[in-house]
Amino acid sequence: MELNLLVLCYLIGSITFIVGLKMLSNPASARNGNMVAAVGMLIAILGTIFLYEENGQKLGNYAWIFAALIIGSIAGTLMAKRVQMTAMPEMVSLFNGMGGACAALISVIEFRHLVHASDAASIDQTSLLIIMLGLIIGTVSFAGSMIAWGKLNGSIKDFAFKGQHIINIVLLLMTLLLAGHIIINRPEQIELFFYAVVALALVYGIFFVLPIGGADMPVVISLLNSFTGVAAACGGFLYDNKVMLTGGILVGAAGTLLTILMCKAMNRSLQNVLIGSFGGGTTAGSSSPTGGTYKEVTLSDAAVVMSYANKVMIVPGYGLAVAQAQHVCHELEKALEAKGVEVKYAIHPVAGRMPGHMNVLLAEADVSYEKLLEMEQANEEFKNTDVVLILGANDVVNPAAKSDPSSPIYGMPILEVEEAKHVIVNKRSMKPGYAGIENQLFFQPKTSMLFGDAKKALQDLLAEVRNL
Amino acid sequence: MIYVVALMIFVGIEVIGRVPSVLHTPLMSGANAIHGVVIIGAIIVMGKAEEGNVLALVLGFLAVLLGTLNVVGGFVVTDRMLEMFKKKK
Repeated sequence: MELNLLVLCYLIGSITFIVGLKMLSNPASARNGNMVAAVGMLIAILGTIFLYEENGQKLGNYAWIFAALIIGSIAGTLMAKRVQMTAMPEMVSLFNGMGGACAALISVIEFRHLVHASDAASIDQTSLLIIMLGLIIGTVSFAGSMIAWGKLNGSIKDFAFKGQHIINIVLLLMTLLLAGHIIINRPEQIELFFYAVVALALVYGIFFVLPIGGADMPVVISLLNSFTGVAAACGGFLYDNKVMLTGGILVGAAGTLLTILMCKAMNRSLQNVLIGSFGGGTTAGSSSPTGGTYKEVTLSDAAVVMSYANKVMIVPGYGLAVAQAQHVCHELEKALEAKGVEVKYAIHPVAGRMPGHMNVLLAEADVSYEKLLEMEQANEEFKNTDVVLILGANDVVNPAAKSDPSSPIYGMPILEVEEAKHVIVNKRSMKPGYAGIENQLFFQPKTSMLFGDAKKALQDLLAEVRNL
Repeated sequence: MIYVVALMIFVGIEVIGRVPSVLHTPLMSGANAIHGVVIIGAIIVMGKAEEGNVLALVLGFLAVLLGTLNVVGGFVVTDRMLEMFKKKK
């Protein structure tokens, strides 16, 4: 590779990706880091369009390229701008799927190119290997991301059946064997086999994500994210393109590490997440000591208890996000502070649907950074907390994670809210949370329930507090 | 090539080694945008396609379109998430 302007563009691209990713892992520089990477991407794309040449030939079809770029940019920007803060996770998953599909399509086109250029037996096997890799990984990532997207926005329900893991393994093996057959033997009907691999990879991608519960979706998306990175890197091999290679591998490695970090935050192993099928049929039997009675609290009682407390700890969860109640929540916090109550927030690392989900949400409502306590800090403070207000959180405060070894969430670190003097739980109903298990906390004598949509309940609560 | 791969794996792990859990989501989203580099492959494919090859053109067009969605959408979503963090500082 000689040193020319294009190589320089790619070098800048690669460097900005590394620098951008580094800056993204620090709260202060994160936003600029994103910008840096975006500028690098722009340089790499423009460089490719105008400077790339193969055997002295520049690229053609500018009209098509620009049409696609413009439509994609407008649609992408609109989608990203319009999406609700709560729907961010599924947006990331959707975009990830697009990238995976893009990588798979490149493989399809390059494969057709190879097949039409020569007869099956003389196709270069190295290219074939890379194409098949990019195809399978890209397709699985695409199919999986679409399922994850559907699950997060509620249009696809959890679905698991007995022996699913075995079917998954068989599917994966079949895909790989078929791909191996194509690469090694280069059979006559190579195209037929090729499309069979596409179909198998699609089905595998779907089955791979389908049984995994919603609470584990962030981990899955992160994993699929790193898959797409690897698929992009395959493209880098194919075209001997350094920026695709470095960018892809970078995301592949960082994504894998991020996946592991997320698992650690939930105290679960990756294997556990992938095979455990949270909330699936296998775990339903473990919720034996259910039932008991719970007591409801009226709005005015809740308002009184909170107004006369010294210290109130708010535990936000997915319910808060769904109800878009973060602003009212902040109002309530201010109203209580005006009455001399100390208000803090206890943030579980996986509260909501994504790590950091609650932080982003509360930051949007201008809740000050110092009020957000991480799990360890919060757990130390629950002892001297008078009232804990739980807003649509469930599994992250379920004591079964500590006490019941048969519980599917056993071992996950939780917010130990039962240490506090009084617990008020706002939920829409008694329905179990995402893990699909009962929460004994709700039946404890010090717990009282405040049913209703988080936003509505908080507004009413706020009015009551102000009236006192 | 292998040399580059090994190096990038190392860099990738090193770079995000100690990220606070607050930033997991934006970081994932940022990484999501970065693997949109795959679009460069799509552009190359598209640019090489012969005029008459309609299928290649259509598939290539689709690939560039999806790649652009990934890149642009990815960066914008990440920026929106991070915007929230910045406001209160």
